[in-house]
Amino acid sequence: MTIRSEVSPDGRGVTIAVEGRFDFSAHRDFRETYESLDSTPESFTVDMREATYLDSSALGMLLLLRDHAGGDAAEVRIVNCNPDVRKILTISNFEQLFEIR
Amino acid sequence: MAEPIRVLVADDNRIDRTLLSRIVAREGHTVITAVDGNEAIERFTAERPQIVLLDALMPGLDGFEVARRIREAAGDAFIPIVFLTSLTEADELARCLLVGDDFLSKPYNSVILRAKITALERMRQLHATMQEQRDEIAQNNARLLREQQAAKDIFDSVAHSGCLNASNIRHLISPLAVFNGDVVLAARNPAGSMYVLLGDFTGHGLTASIGAMPLAEIFYGMTQKGFHLADVLRECNRKLKEILPVGYFCCATMIDFNFQKSTVEVWAGGLPDAYLTPADGGPSTPIVSRHLPLGVVSTQRFDPSTEVFELKHGDRVMLCTDGLLELRNSAGEMFGSGRLIDILGRSGAGGFEAVKEAAYAHMGERLREDDLTLVEVTMLHEHEIDAPMPTYVASGQIGPRDWSLTFQLGPNSLKEFNPLPLLQHVLMEVPALRVRGGVIFTVLSELYTNALDHGVIGLSSVVKSTANGFTDYYRRRLDALNALADGYVRFEFVSRASDAGGYLKIRVLDSGPGFDTSIVAAARAQTANVYHGRGLNLLFQLCDSLTFHGAGNDVEACFRWGDGDVPN
Repeated sequence: MTIRSEVSPDGRGVTIAVEGRFDFSAHRDFRETYESLDSTPESFTVDMREATYLDSSALGMLLLLRDHAGGDAAEVRIVNCNPDVRKILTISNFEQLFEIR
Repeated sequence: MAEPIRVLVADDNRIDRTLLSRIVAREGHTVITAVDGNEAIERFTAERPQIVLLDALMPGLDGFEVARRIREAAGDAFIPIVFLTSLTEADELARCLLVGDDFLSKPYNSVILRAKITALERMRQLHATMQEQRDEIAQNNARLLREQQAAKDIFDSVAHSGCLNASNIRHLISPLAVFNGDVVLAARNPAGSMYVLLGDFTGHGLTASIGAMPLAEIFYGMTQKGFHLADVLRECNRKLKEILPVGYFCCATMIDFNFQKSTVEVWAGGLPDAYLTPADGGPSTPIVSRHLPLGVVSTQRFDPSTEVFELKHGDRVMLCTDGLLELRNSAGEMFGSGRLIDILGRSGAGGFEAVKEAAYAHMGERLREDDLTLVEVTMLHEHEIDAPMPTYVASGQIGPRDWSLTFQLGPNSLKEFNPLPLLQHVLMEVPALRVRGGVIFTVLSELYTNALDHGVIGLSSVVKSTANGFTDYYRRRLDALNALADGYVRFEFVSRASDAGGYLKIRVLDSGPGFDTSIVAAARAQTANVYHGRGLNLLFQLCDSLTFHGAGNDVEACFRWGDGDVPN
């Protein structure tokens, strides 16, 4: 599991890339990517291209990110999900809270 | 100078013994001496020195055997043993280190001896501290396990409770996990329906068990008072959102089994597909999660909308948590939904047992990684259900004796509010009515449904007799309610009671146009098919009397008790 993050050139968006199993072991690293920022960006993108698996604690982490980014006003996208990851997000109906592409 | 300790000096040579004793004593330590192996063991047992200096070669018991016995006597405690030796062979010295902790070669050097005692005492203290901490950890762990066991007992009595032992419910809750985060609740409501909830909390620890408490309380409290599924879910969601930290939630499926109508009404948020399996074989229908789990969004955003499915006698509903689907076999392969569908599709295979066996076979000897929770509920006729109906506990034994109540609901209330629990609560204050609580609730809900669905909204119950009738009916009903702009349903209650007996009259009026009341006589004559849907048959059987006034949008049901000789 590796978490990398990148701020967009204009500073308005942050992309968090998750690699490998996205589970409780990623908790601290995932939080650090947005808690360490000096200001809260307008939008977040969680890139799942390299993520192989997602469990319920990862769903919890996504909710924490959404909360940090402003709750109902938050703009959080989850992109490049493989079918397994997508299925977990769909069962939990997270498309009601996140833009999933 | 080092902290003074007791040092045993065992040497058969008097000169060496005296010399060593003097060096040790000069450091402030207490010296205990022994002249041979046997005495060394005796004095060790009697005086418990902290360090032993032991001549390797003594007459009788040799040093190595003495060392072995001292270790035995010392038990858990670490007693450093230093061999005193004139040996110079590497092999012999190595043996000293194998049995003892160090050696000191003759002739003795006082500086080296002092340094060795200090070093070994440091080691001994380190060891003692480690042991103390180990014991403390073991104690704490034992206490924690005891507390967890007690907490699990409480959790089990709360989280896996209600009428789970009813003969139409079969369930499996993995016994290995202390807190697996899975909750199974079941109870009947006053109208005879059975509510079943399967929940899976994120996190397997105390979070789950803490969340389960209010969930169970709300479920049982509201179910027995006759609240609708949506009301119970809305309240559960509100409470969990309030108490759980962000990122923690409860995936859940809740089902209302209506045995009178042979329908199930389902709300599913976050659990894997549940399945409807027909009694006569044939493919299972998945019940798909349409909602966010409980505890994620606020009440304003929470969507309690449900789906209705029609079942036949003997049809089964299978619910599971992701634990089943994620079970891995020795090759690391997951159980998966494909296997589950296959097993459910096998004819005559008694779904639950077959799924359970397949799950165990899949796991083999492997430890269960996650929660394995399965629930299967079978649709039966109401008279076959052996789970008890809720009992009413009212505030007083005396209760009101002469009272009336009028309660009218306008369009905005009719859209969302369910008045039945409130009205039932009032009626149950009358002691004589409590024993008939279930019947009264059924009559109240039939009358209200008739007034609202057929009266105010004007839906025809004929819709229900088509293939997808119920589903279609509930969809139309929802659309009509959302569009409702005017209309009313009015309840008028009048009750009188004395020590000898009493009565309750329930009059329900609606703003609808009424209906052709000539069919009432036919319904009463039990030619049930003449008029489908108003449950008239049932009403006639349950009430002591039932009268339609005017155009039929005004109906009066009466319950009497005692000798009935009560003033009007």
